[in-house]
Amino acid sequence: MSQGLGLDKLDQRGAATEATEPPGATPAPSGSRKPGGDVRETLYFALRNPKVVIGSVVVLAFLLLGLLGPLFLKFAPMDYAGPPMAPPSADFPFGTTTFGQDVFAQFVAGLRSTFLVGLLGGGVAAVIGMAIGFVAGYRGGLIDELLNMLTNVVLVIPGFVVLIIINAYLGVRSVPMQALYIGVFSWPWVARAVRAQTLSLRSRDFIDLARLSGVGVGTILRREVAPNMYSYLFMTFVLLFGGSILTAASLDFIGLGPTNAMSLGLMMNQAVQWSALHLGLWWWFIPPGLGITLIVGSLYIMNVGLDEVFNPKLREM
Amino acid sequence: MLTIEALDKVYKTGTFGTSDLHAVRQVSLDVQRGEVVSLIGESGSGKSTIGKMVLHLLDSTGGSITFDGRDVTKLGFRARRDYYRKVQGVFQDPFSSFNPIFKVDRTFETLRRSYFPRVSGAAWREKLEEALGAVSLEPGDILGKFPHQLSGGQLQRLLIARALLLDIELLVADEIISMLDASTRIDVLNLLGELKGRGLGILFVTHDLSLGNYVSDRVVILYKGRVVERGATAAVFDDPLHPYTRDLLASVPHLDRTWEEVEAEESQRSARLAGRCLYHEALAAQGRSLGDEASVGSASGPADDVGLVEHAPGHFVGCFRKAADEECPAGM
Repeated sequence: MSQGLGLDKLDQRGAATEATEPPGATPAPSGSRKPGGDVRETLYFALRNPKVVIGSVVVLAFLLLGLLGPLFLKFAPMDYAGPPMAPPSADFPFGTTTFGQDVFAQFVAGLRSTFLVGLLGGGVAAVIGMAIGFVAGYRGGLIDELLNMLTNVVLVIPGFVVLIIINAYLGVRSVPMQALYIGVFSWPWVARAVRAQTLSLRSRDFIDLARLSGVGVGTILRREVAPNMYSYLFMTFVLLFGGSILTAASLDFIGLGPTNAMSLGLMMNQAVQWSALHLGLWWWFIPPGLGITLIVGSLYIMNVGLDEVFNPKLREM
Repeated sequence: MLTIEALDKVYKTGTFGTSDLHAVRQVSLDVQRGEVVSLIGESGSGKSTIGKMVLHLLDSTGGSITFDGRDVTKLGFRARRDYYRKVQGVFQDPFSSFNPIFKVDRTFETLRRSYFPRVSGAAWREKLEEALGAVSLEPGDILGKFPHQLSGGQLQRLLIARALLLDIELLVADEIISMLDASTRIDVLNLLGELKGRGLGILFVTHDLSLGNYVSDRVVILYKGRVVERGATAAVFDDPLHPYTRDLLASVPHLDRTWEEVEAEESQRSARLAGRCLYHEALAAQGRSLGDEASVGSASGPADDVGLVEHAPGHFVGCFRKAADEECPAGM
């Protein structure tokens, strides 16, 4: 309120003196007021944000390695390719396992299924959680009570135990099905968090103003509520992504993982099982651990950067 | 044009909604075309709640709101869209009326997508510049900026411009002047006067008596959700009857009179009206005997008696008790 008082007089006369536009931002934003200008502007700020750039480069690099790597490999992940317990060399860049399997081949294959579990599991959980959170928070009343009850019920179900039972009983052995089950049990905290945010945003005047513009509920949620939470929603997805990977790794460890595929979690657990730690085979467990850490960490850094992109007040200009 | 009859708003409070909070009690008022009606009351008197109910942002608990003869308390989505073509609101806090992460243009764009999807870009631009001109804003300075880059006064005028883009007949102005400084304030007030001249009805919600006096044709004084006094601005401000209105008017500093003069005048008036209640006196005079009145009072309790009597032509006053659950000062 107080900041406005001084500006007011300036603006009334001689508005040319006011230079609120940051000097660095002038070329792209002020010129583009066509439809689609907003998208271009978001991209403009995203590409100039080092956190976003670094984070996305790392994630994309791993993704490309996982997608394209297998095409150039000489060995399949499970092949007994070379001498056992060989340290990294020109032939085997990440060394070999106790059985002489190529760690690099396993790593590349593991990246694929790790991305798949993360994207699919995180995606399913994000979609369910956000849908329930938005609707419950915005509509309130009886719908809120019912959805909240559902959320709380799923929240108190020990998800991991249920996953063990489902996996053991239904004999799930494929990566996508595993991801799907993980997603179905990891959304409740998302729903609660999104609901709380929506509740606080709903009482703001701009939501009322949108209602006065004759706009429907779906449009208000999509165009007014969600954009205020973009960075938060992305962070939620990052957390779900990391969580799905870790849950999948835990399932793999107790023998309920995919039998015909490789994942980074499976690699680490095999390494522990065959005492790679005691035998000093650091090349067996460091790459998958570092891989998971780098992927999830980069997503976090990207998220901090995206916060600045989506929220004009945080732009470092 | 707009008629409110016995409007109620009750909130459930406490654990499991066991107790009721009457935010608005049996409020009746009307707004005609080309007229400014001020809703005056302190914080928590329910004035903004009434404004929100008129705008259909809150559901009412009882009573009716009719616009051009049509009840608007229960409208479906389509009917509400049509209603908003004619009735718009401007809110108290301009900073929270804009989505902070988007440029201010988007507020107008939302309106365009919703109501004018077929208007071409150039025609819309022209219309927008015309509306901005009407609130004396320079389009070049405003468009393409984020809300935090503009002042409260500019944002508030943008909101009025937004309402003008639609061909509205009623504007609910909820404390729209409070956030403005003196120089902008008069511009907005004059703008409201001009709109009134064009036949727009304005429901002006305010806590500021001098503003109410300046712009409005009629005033409605609210206290704790109840209308205590209502009438033509001049009648109410020159001859305040209800104790609350008198207190309110006596607490406003005047430019042309000293505090002693105001106090003297008020003490004279209080002496004249002390221990009396014009409402119940009028009821009694209308032929209802004191005995009847007493029995009615004991049956339903004083809290239910929230009507008004016409003291002078067009000047209505309610029972002289202040809060709804107090006793009438005349003991009736």
